[in-house]
Amino acid sequence: MNTTSHEWPLWEVFVRTKAGLDHKHCGSLHAADPKMAVQMARDVYTRRSEGSSVWVVRSDQIVASDPGDKDMFFDPAEDKVYRHPTFYKLPDAVDHM
Amino acid sequence: MYTQAMDTMAREGGGKLERVLSADEQALQQRFDARIDAGDFIEAKDWMPDNYRKTLLRQISQHAHSEIVGMLPEGNWISRAPTLKRKAILLAKVQDEGGHGLYLYAAAETLGTSRDQMIDALHSGKAKYSSIFNYPTLSWADIGTIGWLVDGAAIMNQVPICRCSFAPYARAMIRICREESFHQRQGYDSLLVMMQKGTPEQKAMVQDAVNRWWWPCLMMFGPPDDQSPNSAQGMRWGIKRVSNDTLRQKFVDATVQQAGVLGVTLPDPELKWNEEREHWDFGAIDWDEFWRVVGGEGPCNRERLEKRVKAWEDGEWVREAALAHANKQAMKEAA
Repeated sequence: MNTTSHEWPLWEVFVRTKAGLDHKHCGSLHAADPKMAVQMARDVYTRRSEGSSVWVVRSDQIVASDPGDKDMFFDPAEDKVYRHPTFYKLPDAVDHM
Repeated sequence: MYTQAMDTMAREGGGKLERVLSADEQALQQRFDARIDAGDFIEAKDWMPDNYRKTLLRQISQHAHSEIVGMLPEGNWISRAPTLKRKAILLAKVQDEGGHGLYLYAAAETLGTSRDQMIDALHSGKAKYSSIFNYPTLSWADIGTIGWLVDGAAIMNQVPICRCSFAPYARAMIRICREESFHQRQGYDSLLVMMQKGTPEQKAMVQDAVNRWWWPCLMMFGPPDDQSPNSAQGMRWGIKRVSNDTLRQKFVDATVQQAGVLGVTLPDPELKWNEEREHWDFGAIDWDEFWRVVGGEGPCNRERLEKRVKAWEDGEWVREAALAHANKQAMKEAA
């Protein structure tokens, strides 16, 4: 019963819930090919009209940042408070600009 | 539902995995503990202790197996549903259970085990599923009762897991809980129709189903807290949020009133309101029965597993053919 080598590839599923919104990652599934992956994504992740568009992408094709280097990788943004509007204290009269 | 894994672990052995940690690992362990204490979520690629990974893998895969095996008792009535409406509802519900199994398998796979390995563990009897699915569905009223009581118990059990420290599991649970509410309501609605408009025979059928499912449903929450040795570790890790007995009491308290509205009696002569505790007292649960069913001696254990193995083996040529077709298409495109 060992069929490990015959396992269908893994796909990540992204769903756009309605026009105007981003596609959002919602899970993964196994499918033999792209067409089947799209169809199964519809059946598994949009049974209650949660979607108006779906993307699937082979999981082994995703390039991700290393979670181990998370701090080092994202640190540079942390000391740049001047990138936020709240950094600038303006007189009350014009503070709503 | 279906998260008895942590409770059965002690009896099955193999739950402990202690080894000496290196200095690096100790530092990682401390950081991990601090994140858990701070209420942070752990993602699949983050460092985690071996035992945390192993416990989760066990619990999530058992949960997934339960959803899939759970399709069988209800699937038994799809072709015999009394009306087209009830048939469509039941089909949608059983399809949901299949979907829930898939969300959970996907969450478990992020921990580094393959789908085939998990399915193999189920089919070889190494992995368990919830004890509740080893009971038979003898009449149409069992379908409504499963929705009302079994899914009701499941919701009680699952809502706290939406805050599980392991994020992929928590996300799957949020999705599942959102869908599960329809399951409970459709079950209650189906029983209500029989109790309010049915013949005396139909009413008796509902009462009979409730009589048979009540105690097994109370067992779903797992052994009493003082006999649940792994609970403390589960709580420490943020995998388990609420104790077995607390959830069971919550379920009883919620169900008594629903039974009253429905017009059925819960089969427990000791059920009575306790003014002091402000909870319903209930009779002793037959834990010998629970352990017998978990151990493989329930009314349907053999049949359930045989059906799953047969479905898997019968589907093998489809899986192979789909893969062969995909490979051929890919080769054509490359040429």
